[in-house]
Amino acid sequence: MTLFLKPNPASGVPIYLQLKEQIRHACETGALRPGDSLPGIRALAESMVINPNTVARVYRELEQEGLLELRHGVGAFVATRAGTSRWTAARSGQMKAAQKAARTFVQELKRRGISSDEIRRLVEAELATHDGRVPLVG
Amino acid sequence: MKQAYAIETEGLTKYYGDFEAVRGLTMRVPKGTITGFLGQNGAGKSSTIRMLLGMSRPTRGNGRVLDFDIADEKQSIEMRKRVAYVAEDKRLYDYMSVGQMIGFTKAFYPGWRTEIEQKLLEEFRLPLDRPTKKLSKGMRTQLALLLAFARGAELLVLDEPTEGLDPVMAEKLLELVVGAAADGATIFFSSHQIAEVEQIADRILLIDRGQLVLDTTLESIATDFRRIRGVYDSAPKPATLALDGVQRVTVDGRTVSVIATRNSVSIAERMRAQSASAVEVLPMTLKEIVLESLRREAGSGRGEA
Repeated sequence: MTLFLKPNPASGVPIYLQLKEQIRHACETGALRPGDSLPGIRALAESMVINPNTVARVYRELEQEGLLELRHGVGAFVATRAGTSRWTAARSGQMKAAQKAARTFVQELKRRGISSDEIRRLVEAELATHDGRVPLVG
Repeated sequence: MKQAYAIETEGLTKYYGDFEAVRGLTMRVPKGTITGFLGQNGAGKSSTIRMLLGMSRPTRGNGRVLDFDIADEKQSIEMRKRVAYVAEDKRLYDYMSVGQMIGFTKAFYPGWRTEIEQKLLEEFRLPLDRPTKKLSKGMRTQLALLLAFARGAELLVLDEPTEGLDPVMAEKLLELVVGAAADGATIFFSSHQIAEVEQIADRILLIDRGQLVLDTTLESIATDFRRIRGVYDSAPKPATLALDGVQRVTVDGRTVSVIATRNSVSIAERMRAQSASAVEVLPMTLKEIVLESLRREAGSGRGEA
């Protein structure tokens, strides 16, 4: 299975949140589209080598959030109900454009001699300010 | 009736002569979890496992495994039919071949999972006609694991299961553990490989000198345990940072470092209010937490003695 990457246990982000983010991301990029089925709990736990309780919990929570539908005895699917699916062609186009903007931005800062770590910190701090959070470093 | 815990102990104690290997251990392993059992060599892990599985009698205290009383001979036999155990030394009957060992074991267990047996034979490429005494260390481990996992046990007790396995085989083993858990089994395993515990466990129990020093979930470690550091012009008294969740405060010149099991936001706020510059809140790995717990216990142990 190449759809999801093995989680990093030492990142400080719980494995269940990492998996949840990966599924959300796959739905946003269109790697998973409405009606697509997700791997079974057992298959996903084995391929990522993570606890099956974790997978079950992520599926349950994403169902409550309306992103997935769980059909008893069949498995998990990306929700098809209108308004619940995150992926649209327009959204996909937006993401591609944003990626291009991010690339230009990184290239420009690199040209000015800013290191990758410094760029990461700058972006984190900006996002924290933007979201009204207290930055981790401050 | 369904009990909530696969393993429960109350004041479990074991003396070997004057040596107290296990000292009043009270712990619980919820059913359906993958629970990592951590501790240094000699901390009492194997002594505990041996008492749980009826291989040695507690000096004091009691315990239940799958709701069977470990001190009751008859109940212990019933319990052992439902529990698979892979010992640290991967004991096998040396006069049997691999194939004989599998046939012999399978005869005892009506719930034998032939598909798991076949899958593992193929993956491990175990030679069926080789006498078990001529197997390499890695192969002995593989055979012991095959015998344990194919039994379809409700509880798997694994003592250092990945020891002697190469990284590829170790990952295979973890896949097996995860698969058994998906089938509803409870897994209780001891390991020195903290990274693998972090990867698959949902709970950890850490023991030191026969006592429980940490009982938590991996989720709590990832979301609640933090190291908070601040730089001061002149460091405050550690007592001013004795807030809820604070385990330890260390002062090193201008830098104050706090280890907390929860409440990191308030702690960081307090440090900023004390006009610390550059307050950092850092996640902690399981390894750091284990080392921290053992360090603290070692310090307090000396104080008692």
